[in-house]
Amino acid sequence: MSLLLTIGFGPLATAIHNWVTASISNATGALATEMVIVGISLLLFLVPLCFFLGYMERRVAGFMQMRLGPNRVGPQGTLQIVADTVKLLLKEGLTPDASDKFLFNLAPIIVVVTSMLVLAPIAFAKDFQIWDISIGVLYMASVSSISVIGILMAGWSSNNKYSLLGAMRSGAQIVSYELSVGLSLITIVIFTGSLRMSDIVNSQADGWWIIKGHIPAIISFVIFVIASTAEINRAPFDLAEAEQELTAGFHTEYSGMKFAMFLLAEYINLFIVSAVAATLFLGGWMPFHIGHWEMFNHIMDFIPSSIWFMSKTFLIIFIIMQFRWTFPRLRVDQLLNLEWKYLLPISMFNILLVTVCAIMGWYF
Amino acid sequence: MSLLGEPELTEDGEFVINIGPQHPSTHGVLHLKVWLDGETIKKVQPHLGYIHRSIEKMSESLSYRNFIFATSRMDYLSAHINNEACALTVEKGLGIEAPPRAQAIRILMAELTRLSSHQLWWGCMGLDLGAVSPFFYGFRERESIMEVMEETCGARLTQNYMVPGGIMYDIHPNFQNRVKNVLKQIKENFKEYDDLLTGNVIFEGRTKGVGYLSPEDAISYGCTGPTARGSGVSCDVRKWFPYDGYDKLQFNEILETGGDCYARYMVRMAEMRQSVRIIEQMIDNIPEGDFQTKTKAVLKLPKGEFYQRVETARGELGVYIVSDGAASPYRIKYRSPNFSNLSALEHMAKGAKIGDLVAIMATIDLVIPDVDR
Amino acid sequence: MFIKDYIGTIYKSTVSLLKGMKLTGYYFTHPKKILTEEYPDNRATLKMADRFRGEVVMPHDDNNEHRCTGCQACEIACPNGTIKIITKQELQADGKKKKAIDAFVYHLELCTMCNLCVVACPSDAIVMAQTFEHSVYDKRQLKKTLNKPGSKIMEGVE
Repeated sequence: MSLLLTIGFGPLATAIHNWVTASISNATGALATEMVIVGISLLLFLVPLCFFLGYMERRVAGFMQMRLGPNRVGPQGTLQIVADTVKLLLKEGLTPDASDKFLFNLAPIIVVVTSMLVLAPIAFAKDFQIWDISIGVLYMASVSSISVIGILMAGWSSNNKYSLLGAMRSGAQIVSYELSVGLSLITIVIFTGSLRMSDIVNSQADGWWIIKGHIPAIISFVIFVIASTAEINRAPFDLAEAEQELTAGFHTEYSGMKFAMFLLAEYINLFIVSAVAATLFLGGWMPFHIGHWEMFNHIMDFIPSSIWFMSKTFLIIFIIMQFRWTFPRLRVDQLLNLEWKYLLPISMFNILLVTVCAIMGWYF
Repeated sequence: MSLLGEPELTEDGEFVINIGPQHPSTHGVLHLKVWLDGETIKKVQPHLGYIHRSIEKMSESLSYRNFIFATSRMDYLSAHINNEACALTVEKGLGIEAPPRAQAIRILMAELTRLSSHQLWWGCMGLDLGAVSPFFYGFRERESIMEVMEETCGARLTQNYMVPGGIMYDIHPNFQNRVKNVLKQIKENFKEYDDLLTGNVIFEGRTKGVGYLSPEDAISYGCTGPTARGSGVSCDVRKWFPYDGYDKLQFNEILETGGDCYARYMVRMAEMRQSVRIIEQMIDNIPEGDFQTKTKAVLKLPKGEFYQRVETARGELGVYIVSDGAASPYRIKYRSPNFSNLSALEHMAKGAKIGDLVAIMATIDLVIPDVDR
Repeated sequence: MFIKDYIGTIYKSTVSLLKGMKLTGYYFTHPKKILTEEYPDNRATLKMADRFRGEVVMPHDDNNEHRCTGCQACEIACPNGTIKIITKQELQADGKKKKAIDAFVYHLELCTMCNLCVVACPSDAIVMAQTFEHSVYDKRQLKKTLNKPGSKIMEGVE
């Protein structure tokens, strides 16, 4: 496994591609087979990832609150989340009698599928990317906003008043925070001059954008983290769920597997926004390089690229988790105030700043 | 049609939701029927009685020694002070007074109870506003106070330590040292409270200007305790009608003039510091002597009516006993602070958002068994 | 100065938020501050306070003798009807009959641990025990007879 990590995933992907094209002569069939392989490996990656994120969240929360967190099932409680998943799988998936049954059952699927789609352009390691589309950043920004449809659908079809309120809040929230997320992404796009993820990562070979892009990059990084926390409905912006106000918000009526899917989507989204932030601002899989210090850069290259990517991503995941376990929740109007009165004007000003910086070449 | 028989939308296009009796933020089985216009609250109607246990009626068949234990279960967060109120009323009827040592211990216990109650409230306040961590930080100090209670009284929550004529038994030899350690810990941790909530911008936004209660309204709804003092109404029973020697102590009545959730929050935060001050004055000066006045085996109050009020952590608790000269009360009425404070909820919540309703409920610091009794 | 206020607000808010994060971060990095008691595991070291009220028990000495005279003061003192004392007439050595307890019935399921019975007892026959694991599957198991079978009243206790 360590060998695989150090040599990079490029040869592996090429080998699989050659093998598939050799065994299946039909081009469409070969493409379909590759898609299935990618899908299966994605699932094999995501489910343990979500298990781990769930475990991590509980442990982080526990330590921050002077508790231990789960420590009974399995070594150090690592299997607790597996036990919980098994429980959810075995539970009856209840569909309320007065609900719109088709939409009610469709909603969790939409939410999960949307969050999985966004994973496509993310570079997990060197040469390890599902789809290096030329409009990667744009694709992610646009596809991720589909998830609000799933949430609205869940809230509306449940025929529950709490769910409806939660869904409406979520709609207002995601639509507004989408703007700040987009604008802060554009900062890096202006610096790089490309929407392609691999270009963005490669452009950081001599230093990450958060260092190279100094003030504007830091501002947009902070804005991105805040706005994307809001976009994935996590505390302190978890108004759609708002346990103390709306019991469970849009997923009040969901149980069993359907509830598990919302949970899965939540953690995938958490991973995605952290991965995007890591890719755009912290160099993705790119090791920590400083300008032309050849020796230093060479030592850093010894650490496998996947480890670089994962450690950056988990750093941001940790920060977002710490938000959740520290801050009180905002009110609906304050949430929108924050976006329209603070984040958006600052983002716009930042775009101006970044453009000036890019034109004048005021970055490293 | 909803379960309660009203249509989903009223004729004015208002949306009716039932918050409670099983809801994460109602702190028990409070049922609020809320009329909404979007997120804005048009009307709130508390529905009571889910935890009515007829403590008043039950007390009529119990002797004057026995009825006290049930009051621990009313406002269970200030069980000690409830017990003290009952003991004081019976003492008033008998025309006796607790010995100085008992009075000092009563004050110490009452202030420790107030501290622990306010700490739980602080945790729940954070919890209601969506921050989970304060709950655990608040419980940490509360736990150390509970251990002091456990050591001296034998129970953590429903102590039943007060008896007519004094206290049930003397304090534990470790009591003074332990209380001093607890005070040290609490004083260190006040800073954390401020870091985590008081100064937090989100918290200030959620509480400042929310749930305004004017002094006139506070008086007309009969609000007492921190709820009224947050509106600038001076109503501390410990100052106005001192009992058990509170008049010999140096402490301030905390008044804030804001009238909003933040003012009520600040009152409670400052009250915790005042409680620490009272305990510090008393802890080394517990007078020697008896801890209980000798009383007859069967207590009989003379014919008449007796009323005693005390300041619990939530406001003024009044105990009203009508005696016909028998060994058990003819009628008992508790004037519980939460019931009056809850009645002001609708006034405060009108026009606010759902999130504000939760914040307002948190700053009234409701204990539902005290409302229903 | 709108811009100045605007930036001032942002600065102040950020500082207040970072303060909170510093606190949670401090506890995250100091696992020694964890307070959790891992309850069933720490049974051996768990010591309850010596005044803790767990349940009412009647201490017996080595000769299987207790101090209960059957005066029923505790039964009267109990607010919940938790205690029921069944007495019998026992024949003394000198031929006189004397009141003694047949069964001291204690309903743990009704008890509120208010300690009034212990205070009321004139001969210190009953005390509060520090046990607290009272869960059973059947309610009937909570009805206990406190005097052991064949036990007698101690000499000299009136």
